[in-house]
Amino acid sequence: MTEPGAHFEGHWEHFPHVADIGIRGYGRSLEESFEQAALAMTAVICDPARVRPEEQIRIRCEAPDRELLLVQWLNALIYEMATRGMLFSRFEVHIDESRLTAAACGEPVDRLRHRPAVEPKGATYTELRVEKCKDGYWLAQCVVDV
Amino acid sequence: MDTNRLTRISEYAWRIEPHGNMRVPAVIYGDEALIRGMDEKVCEQAANVATLPGIVGPAYAMPDAHWGYGFPIGGVAAFDADKGGVVSAGGVGFDISCGVRTLHTGLRRADLAGKTEQLADALYREIPVGVGSTGHIHLDRADMDAMLSGGARWAVDSGFGEERDLDYTEERGCMAGARPGAVSDHAKKRQRKEMGTLGSGNHYLEVQEVARLYDTEAASRFGIAEGDLLVSIHCGSRGLGHQIGTEYLAQMVSTAGSYGIELADRELACAPIHSAVGERYLGAMRAAINCALANRQIITHLTRQVFASLFPQAGLELLYDVSHNTCKLETHTIEGRPREVYVHRKGATRAFGPGHPELPGPYRETGQPVLIGGSMGTASYILAGNAGNEALSYASACHGAGRSMSRRKATKTWRGKEVIRALAEQGVVVRSPSWRGVAEEAPGAYKDVNAVVEATDKAGLARRVARLTPLLCIKG
Repeated sequence: MTEPGAHFEGHWEHFPHVADIGIRGYGRSLEESFEQAALAMTAVICDPARVRPEEQIRIRCEAPDRELLLVQWLNALIYEMATRGMLFSRFEVHIDESRLTAAACGEPVDRLRHRPAVEPKGATYTELRVEKCKDGYWLAQCVVDV
Repeated sequence: MDTNRLTRISEYAWRIEPHGNMRVPAVIYGDEALIRGMDEKVCEQAANVATLPGIVGPAYAMPDAHWGYGFPIGGVAAFDADKGGVVSAGGVGFDISCGVRTLHTGLRRADLAGKTEQLADALYREIPVGVGSTGHIHLDRADMDAMLSGGARWAVDSGFGEERDLDYTEERGCMAGARPGAVSDHAKKRQRKEMGTLGSGNHYLEVQEVARLYDTEAASRFGIAEGDLLVSIHCGSRGLGHQIGTEYLAQMVSTAGSYGIELADRELACAPIHSAVGERYLGAMRAAINCALANRQIITHLTRQVFASLFPQAGLELLYDVSHNTCKLETHTIEGRPREVYVHRKGATRAFGPGHPELPGPYRETGQPVLIGGSMGTASYILAGNAGNEALSYASACHGAGRSMSRRKATKTWRGKEVIRALAEQGVVVRSPSWRGVAEEAPGAYKDVNAVVEATDKAGLARRVARLTPLLCIKG
């Protein structure tokens, strides 16, 4: 199996959807692609660089396949953001078959400093893909309803 | 959209003939320009909806339709529970019972007399809006369940509004059949601090002026005249509805196979109406409808307080409150006989015609007010449901302009600060916690609402009564 080149670094991007927004994470591992997808979701709300990783929370979820696991992971984050009133900017994900455990670090929403634009309602199954690409890196993406 | 894939059945109606696994045809409403401008996905998704078990009559798409989740936004479809019909969490959407509530103010533009900025500041201060905002009311477990069962009725009984408000709210403010026990603790926790909040994205509160009347008789029944100022509130069931949508969608994806349902798309996840999952979802969704009705009722109360402090002469009476993301059991005449069907409306507004028993007395002759939201700088409309529209769309109409541009492209095209300045030059005062949010919702990112409403009117779904232009917008 091809491995990503030495120059490859995990990163994220958004892709267009007419009503909402697509998030896409790339990583050297499945876990990193999930971490980058989470960062892409924070970037839907505000600039992740403005979110200080001061407080850590733990997240666990499971699903029958990798794609459904991505949706579960993002929805678990949306729930934590909504109920704790927090934003997250650093993630550490571990995946063991169908189970995901993670640490997410962030801080309470500061409306003046973060200038949050929009709140995600839920991660969807639209354009949902989790796969190892031919260049050896992992891709994790879906559309988020905002 | 490639019109070669469609059969044109009238100037404003186009049919997708059944093919593949489609059980019924699909019908899309719009003039040629709107249809050509529509995403190909609308065609694909409307055809997918037509494959679902127990569907009755065509799958419909309204003139503002665009690419949604499983169902197109602007989608309408009816299912017969006794013929294996299904209920779909995706067919209702994440923002369950998102809708529009419009209030009279008893004021004219001259009454604002230089107080528009002051009114905008007061509304922006008193009505929680945007990401991370919390409401003034925090519900404990017992109050939460009472709210989920009682809807706007609960809100009025709790001191937020007047008994007569309920006469002008769908379902008289309280959706029957709600099951708070089918709503997870997670969903309730997500809502605990969100009662009476507008939210973000395309949600707003606007002060609007009646700019033009099309049907003076219906306008008179609705109590509006040219130059009147109205308030419109657009929001839904907040975090509770989003969480219910998320959880039941996941559950329906995993159980569809066990009910023998083959899904053309995971987002179409559904369950038979007569099944444990289907019945629980309906109970939870109805609780979310009540949450949305209570939410808009509380925001109404806050709005009244603001107006009372600045304009003692104002009278904020409810014109109507109607949702556009629901699944409701309704009786429709199908092939000459009445049948009970579960009508999904996802980004589509119920539009009962004249004489419908659910309409309040004054609107019985005109048909139901259909409230169509614009987008900051653009017009909103009040329409009236037409006689005979049951056979066209299960008595449904469009719900807004519908986006034509992605948020990403919108933020690359406009800057929020400039959008606010340009709107101010047009006489629209905007307050929002986020410039980027304003750029994402720039009026140019939406289809032409005038064209959407004209097509809705010409297709016979609902007729234009009044055009409203915004003066002030509190944007999420």
